[in-house]
Amino acid sequence: MNIPSDLKYAESHEWLAEDPDAARVGITDHAQSELSDVVYVELPEVGRRVSAKESVAVVESVKAASDIYSPAPGEIVEVNDKVEQDPSLINTDPYGEGWLFKLKMEEGTDLAGLFDGSGYESLID
Amino acid sequence: MAGSMKESPLHAEHLRLGGRMVDFAGWDMPVQYAGILREHEAVRTGAGVFDISHMGEVIVRGGGSGKWLNGMLTNDLDQLGDGEGQYTLLLNEAGGVIDDLIVYRLGEDELFLVVNAARVEEDVRWLRGFAVDGVEVDNCSSAFGALAIQGPSAVDLFHGITAGEVALPKRNGIVRWNDEDGEVMICRTGYTGEDGFELFCGSAATVKWFGRVLRGGGEPCGLGARDTLRLEMGFPLNGSDLSKERTPLQAGLGFFVRLEKAGGFVGRDVLAAEKEAGGFDRLAAIQMEGKGPPPRPRYGVFVGEERIGELTSGTMSPSLGLGIGLAYVPEENSKVGTDVAVEVRGRKCPAKVVKKPFLKR
Repeated sequence: MNIPSDLKYAESHEWLAEDPDAARVGITDHAQSELSDVVYVELPEVGRRVSAKESVAVVESVKAASDIYSPAPGEIVEVNDKVEQDPSLINTDPYGEGWLFKLKMEEGTDLAGLFDGSGYESLID
Repeated sequence: MAGSMKESPLHAEHLRLGGRMVDFAGWDMPVQYAGILREHEAVRTGAGVFDISHMGEVIVRGGGSGKWLNGMLTNDLDQLGDGEGQYTLLLNEAGGVIDDLIVYRLGEDELFLVVNAARVEEDVRWLRGFAVDGVEVDNCSSAFGALAIQGPSAVDLFHGITAGEVALPKRNGIVRWNDEDGEVMICRTGYTGEDGFELFCGSAATVKWFGRVLRGGGEPCGLGARDTLRLEMGFPLNGSDLSKERTPLQAGLGFFVRLEKAGGFVGRDVLAAEKEAGGFDRLAAIQMEGKGPPPRPRYGVFVGEERIGELTSGTMSPSLGLGIGLAYVPEENSKVGTDVAVEVRGRKCPAKVVKKPFLKR
């Protein structure tokens, strides 16, 4: 299972990549593998303010719909239109082209509730 | 939990192939191996193999059993010659569906029934409750393993794995064949809309046959693909689209109900009265308009603000790339072309009543 060490992880299987202007969020390789073929994605409105653990998106496989939670509080500043057009990007490239949305966090936002790579690895073991 | 579940003779094979196991009617069965979309595609373009060992096999035999069984089922057994089969329904006295099944005539007084896994005990109990002297209802389910091979290359695959030693029966037919490991019943029906065949063999021979089919190019397919494939054809699933609260006429299965056959059948008078009165709910095929979230069982179906029913089945159709589902709706809303909406997470998504099957061939 691919778990990049430079990302932060929520126990609900989202990853967060800290970038200077806004954090990118997606679902983990483990999550896409559990869901299997993703056929539909519903992304949040740009401009929406969300809190940590708030349900913000839905990812649907053939068999089931799964809520996606924001790993941190902030404002949705961009969503990945490409993944709406081609939801299979979540399966093929969950940490790259399969990202879901960008989250602008307040400076000093506490990410202590998230796991690092090895913490997430032991969570899903 | 896992210890109390029933296992197919292929259970170890499913694990070896990376099958994702789920509880289906008390059986630990694979919902998928490589993925539902890939498996679905394999059946539409090549050949897929499903383990259907969980399904029940019942043999009805004894003097007068053909005539007796015809009074228990909706279709007309008198239309079958030896080696022929038909889709039929077992009803309660209120006309509700206990089970839908395939019955094959092995001989005038020897009938082979293939029934749903979740209904085996109930079917057998129900049949025995009506049985007359001389008729035996033999539940042989535990003696059989079974495979369904489906897809446009299934027939070629059959000739490959049997080395031309036996002919494939014609559509809906059955052939009994003995190989070195015992008897194999070869049937030609299916639940996917593709050509194909089923093998019913002794439990111990199931792994051997499964291996032959895999080596012959069959893609192992799970219950997930079985569901998307059958729903694209508009085939109902008992327990979801069929139930004791619904009659076959409501389910659109009138073709398999012979109200006028000699001797009638259990539930016949209720169906005849329902047909005469008209105005009953219909199981409508509902297709979403354009890209959108997949419809799922129990989502509400609306005309304007009025909730007219709910989906009994629903999925994203891999072949069409559109959401499809089935729902019982009032007759006046069941006409092909009717505009409806399916409510997904509080949002009403446009859909239409369409003609079955969803996937036109």
